[in-house]
Amino acid sequence: MIVVDDLHKHFGGFHAVDGASLEIRKGSITGLIGPNGAGKTTLFNVIAGVHKPTSGRVMMDGEDITGLEPHELFHKGLLRTFQIAHEFSSMSCRENLMMVPAGQAGEALWNTWFGRKRIADEERALRAKADEVLEFLTISHLADHKAGQISGGQKKLLELGRTMMVDAKIVFLDEVGAGVNRTLLNTIADAIVRLNKERGYTFVVIEHDMDFIGRICDPVICMAEGKVLAEGTLAEIKANEQVIEAYLGTGLKNKDKIA
Amino acid sequence: MDLLNAFVALANFVLIPGLAYGSQLALGALGVTLVYGILRFSNFAHGDTMAFGTMAVILITWWFQSLGIHLGPLPTALLALPFGIAVTAAVMIFTDRTVYRFYRKKKSDPVILVMVSLGVMFIMNGIVRFIIGPDDQSFADGERFLISARTFKQMTGQQEALAIRTSTAITVVTAILVVAALFWFLNKTRTGKSMRAFSDNEDLALLSGINPERVVMVTWLIVAALTTIAGTLYGLDKSFKPFTYFQLLLPFFAAAIVGGLGNPVGAIAGGFVIAFSEVTVTYAWKKVATYALPDSMAPNSLLQLLSTDYKFAVSFGILLIVLLFKPTGLFQGKSV
Repeated sequence: MIVVDDLHKHFGGFHAVDGASLEIRKGSITGLIGPNGAGKTTLFNVIAGVHKPTSGRVMMDGEDITGLEPHELFHKGLLRTFQIAHEFSSMSCRENLMMVPAGQAGEALWNTWFGRKRIADEERALRAKADEVLEFLTISHLADHKAGQISGGQKKLLELGRTMMVDAKIVFLDEVGAGVNRTLLNTIADAIVRLNKERGYTFVVIEHDMDFIGRICDPVICMAEGKVLAEGTLAEIKANEQVIEAYLGTGLKNKDKIA
Repeated sequence: MDLLNAFVALANFVLIPGLAYGSQLALGALGVTLVYGILRFSNFAHGDTMAFGTMAVILITWWFQSLGIHLGPLPTALLALPFGIAVTAAVMIFTDRTVYRFYRKKKSDPVILVMVSLGVMFIMNGIVRFIIGPDDQSFADGERFLISARTFKQMTGQQEALAIRTSTAITVVTAILVVAALFWFLNKTRTGKSMRAFSDNEDLALLSGINPERVVMVTWLIVAALTTIAGTLYGLDKSFKPFTYFQLLLPFFAAAIVGGLGNPVGAIAGGFVIAFSEVTVTYAWKKVATYALPDSMAPNSLLQLLSTDYKFAVSFGILLIVLLFKPTGLFQGKSV
């Protein structure tokens, strides 16, 4: 579904992504792991259009999507979430979700004045959909809360909810589990698996929590120093010599993460 | 001691002028704050854009006057206003397409965009002086007073008079209507919400499928309307002179920063804070004090804290205090 071909991203002399090539299969939940600074988030940013690659190509369903703007990728069904959850802090959770589908009637200035009924109908439908999504994510009770005031984990759920407002094809999740407690993490994992099974979303997940990866991801791709080291099931990755070296080689403090 | 006359004098020389000036500043500061919130730079060309918009309105007003079109007791400029806004909007979108968009695509730092806006400012400055000249222009017509000093004295029998000029009344009414429309737009319409979303979190807005070019275009349209209205009201109330409009940049920025950059409510509050401070500090309080205090305490001096020539020092002083002690402003905008 997504093919990344020899991708480079340099920030000055620093090669954050240094010739990464990988393939993401349709309908999979692919895990992306690697020590801190391996270039996982940069890879996400390049694929999602936040950064332009220095060189290399990104293909989606055989179409070249290298260097497209984020909102253009959004229309192709490629969505992402952030390592640190982003939200429109002054809007309610429901409004946050209702922001999402692009091309709403209310966007045209003309309709703002002369298409009131169309807008009202559309908003009603959106509102119902947003409520449904909140229900699915078990955060219905937060619908009218300001998104800036809910907890970090709930914001992560809200981010996931945003991807459900449209028919996404592929969703990139950047550390969904960071700073989220166990119970909420299970909710997130369930939601991901259900979306994958019921709606056919393809997921790519960056995560440091190996239990979480092991539970939902297959295959798992391991990156280090801007390159793809290995790909396989989590068990295979854990047994891979190069992977162990990459984790231990960057400092012993990462040792517990692989264990 | 005569408290009633003291209050009438106070209202006539401080409260009402402050209210009118505050409304004009609020509209100007709203423009500054919208550009800062959505395009993320301080638009130094704002004052000269306002001069351009007002110039457009003045030229159209003169044309209407020559055709014999009048609005009765209201100034003809109000009729010319929509056309002036359209011209200014066209110019601003042209500027954005030819100048700002280039730097936006390159994802330039805000400081570079500030410098770019400085260049736009000089060009606008030149264009306005080239077309209408650097001198004072008066374009107010219609009824001058809603309540003149004499009518008020006859009505109340007071010694002091409270004169309400038509331009003052128009300023306040227009400002209220414009602000109400703007807030309705920002809070209730999809486009307005996209603008708020874009201002709140640009990355997320982009990843929610919001088209940044649309948001930017709508922002320029709104800013064109706000500046042209603010400039025309200021010109009707006082007079139009390109250099004065350029100088208004300081109180605009002071107002936007005092309220919290990027926050529309803050810009309005900031506008009134700056306006009332300026008016109270530069007003000679002798008359009010003479009425308010017992005769034995009547002042000999003018009781003027600062000459009106130095009125910009007030904005500057407030700006410094806010930046030192509360850089995010009264309403928690973005820090500068």
